[in-house]
Amino acid sequence: MSQGRENQPLIEIRGLRFKRGARVIFDGVDIDIPRGKVTAIMGPSGTGKTTLLRMIGGQLRPQAGRVTVDGQDVQALRRGELYALRKRMGMLFQSGALLTDLTVYDNVAFPLREHTKLPESMIRDLVLMKLQAVGLRGARDLMPSELSGGMARRVALARAIALDPMMIMYDEPFTGLDPISKGAVVELIRKINVALEVTSIIVSHDVRETTAISDYIYVLSDGKVMGHGPPRTLLESDAPWVRQFMQGLPDGPVPFHYPASDYAADLLAGPG
Amino acid sequence: MLTWLARLGRAGLSFFERLGRGHLFLMQVLAGVPGLLLRPRLVIQQIYSVGVLSLVIIVVSGLFVGMVLGLQGYNTLADFGAAESLGVMVALSLVRELGPVVTALLFGGRAGSALTAEIGLMKATEQLSGMEMMAVDPLRRVIAPRFVAGVIAMPLLAAIFSAVGVIGGYFVGVGLLGVDDGAFWSQMQARVDWNKDVINGVIKSLAFGLVATWIAVYEGYDATPTAEGVSRATTRTVVHTALAVLGLDFVLTALMFGE
Amino acid sequence: MKQSTTLEIMVGLFVALGLAALFMLAMKVSNISALNNEDGYEVKVHFVNVGGLKVRSPVTVAGVRVGRVVRIEFDDKLLEALVVLKIKHGVRLPSDSIASIFTAGLLGEQYVGLEPGGADTYLKEGDVIALGQSALILEQIIGRVLFSKAAEGKGQ
Repeated sequence: MSQGRENQPLIEIRGLRFKRGARVIFDGVDIDIPRGKVTAIMGPSGTGKTTLLRMIGGQLRPQAGRVTVDGQDVQALRRGELYALRKRMGMLFQSGALLTDLTVYDNVAFPLREHTKLPESMIRDLVLMKLQAVGLRGARDLMPSELSGGMARRVALARAIALDPMMIMYDEPFTGLDPISKGAVVELIRKINVALEVTSIIVSHDVRETTAISDYIYVLSDGKVMGHGPPRTLLESDAPWVRQFMQGLPDGPVPFHYPASDYAADLLAGPG
Repeated sequence: MLTWLARLGRAGLSFFERLGRGHLFLMQVLAGVPGLLLRPRLVIQQIYSVGVLSLVIIVVSGLFVGMVLGLQGYNTLADFGAAESLGVMVALSLVRELGPVVTALLFGGRAGSALTAEIGLMKATEQLSGMEMMAVDPLRRVIAPRFVAGVIAMPLLAAIFSAVGVIGGYFVGVGLLGVDDGAFWSQMQARVDWNKDVINGVIKSLAFGLVATWIAVYEGYDATPTAEGVSRATTRTVVHTALAVLGLDFVLTALMFGE
Repeated sequence: MKQSTTLEIMVGLFVALGLAALFMLAMKVSNISALNNEDGYEVKVHFVNVGGLKVRSPVTVAGVRVGRVVRIEFDDKLLEALVVLKIKHGVRLPSDSIASIFTAGLLGEQYVGLEPGGADTYLKEGDVIALGQSALILEQIIGRVLFSKAAEGKGQ
């Protein structure tokens, strides 16, 4: 059985539909995320990329469609099963989501203490290993409020890999970082993907960093998949929408101007 | 007229919806309570922040409330030549009413608002969501210990408030106004009943602790995850706690002392 | 983690303080030390009028508190009040003792005072005290005083 699964994608999303109020976020989205690869999901702000991650993690339910993770239908899982599945998922939140009342060390130790009965000495070794991997072993006694944005994200990454998950979801890992921190995070994502043989899912709108590390990219907009393929194919794509997004052109299928009446007529009309 | 009725209906519906969600929330929290027996440390930590940190305001307020009761009570009782009953008056007012009620109001302002703000901020900074994704249920890990701590701390705080208040009344009555020392205590002991007065006071403070902590953690958990949402939720906690405690106090008093 | 023991100590102190406060309310403020529901024997006594006597009013002998009132009922055969007193174990009272209702001070609370008799037998559970002297009702006393004053005035 596991033999057959090896070649199957880790995550299969089929016919996903989701509405928030009157706004349609997803309107029939199909995505396959292969095992052991770095897959990016890109799109302009507000296309529901984070929402997608929350559905994979079972925090939100779609109105229609199916999300399958490692052969399990996430929405059909009972609470206990869902929690068991989540132990095998790591998630890096945009804000880091570190527990503010715990030190860096205790934050990384948190999932270990919650889910394992390991002795404290072994937890210490594991925590130091994970912190060493993100280069912050020396910062173990700091509180989250004393960390810079990049450091907080690296600590959160150490925490996400504490339980050696099968997959890691990165929510906007590059936003709001200075170039050096950004470089460090890019490097880490690649390294962790290879070293731990995990499946990585990156949600981002930073084209340069994302194309540099992903194996495959899905571009979402207006609730639909606008294009998908390896980075090179997408960068060279001549589909107008994909081209505008990937190359960051100010005008194109997405117009520069918010819909309005005729400019000249508007000016001449005067007040009142 | 019709729109006015419709608005009233909507307000009523949303009130009951909130109430319903609050009860579901309470059920979920209570489901997490037995698990805490295995991890008492989580509760101890919260008793510290809810109870120990509220101690100063409780002791100081209790002392002053008792002293004021001593002064006011003396002036009134002396008119009837019953100044010896000062002890009874101070003790009964404190044990039956002021102890539980004032402690609950202070608790709402000090510990309740802090709980709401803390939980609301944890929500706003995705800490609760992050816990969920780490397969840790925030209701059990974050909310339940705080809830239990509040329910434990409140009766203790109320007892401290009453005891300190009686001592404050004693200082003023006996020390300052010259009421007879023996009469102060013996009349008090003769008239204050352990079962009827003290135990009922403890029951009241338990009930208030439950309601006040419930409101505080629910408002925090239900807060809109923004800075503005959290500050609104904090205000709501203080207001709702005060209203709920005073309303509940009337009901409990009617049940306990109505005869 | 470092400061966890101080935290535990603080919480321990807090709980101890709370329990101490409860203990003080029990021993110093309320009557838990005085009498419990169980220990004691019950005796009955009839009064024509109990006045302001209440359940839990004290019962004294020679000014010393020995028990309290546990029930006040109306006896519809004798058309009198039936008062049940609970006396502490160990307090032996002659069976011909007399019960009276007194008032502590002019407006104070009312209590049952027992005056020991001379009999060799002692009151035990369920016994009835034969003599019960009713409460003095203020209005009746005032009425009586006024009446006798008026009579004096006529006599002169």
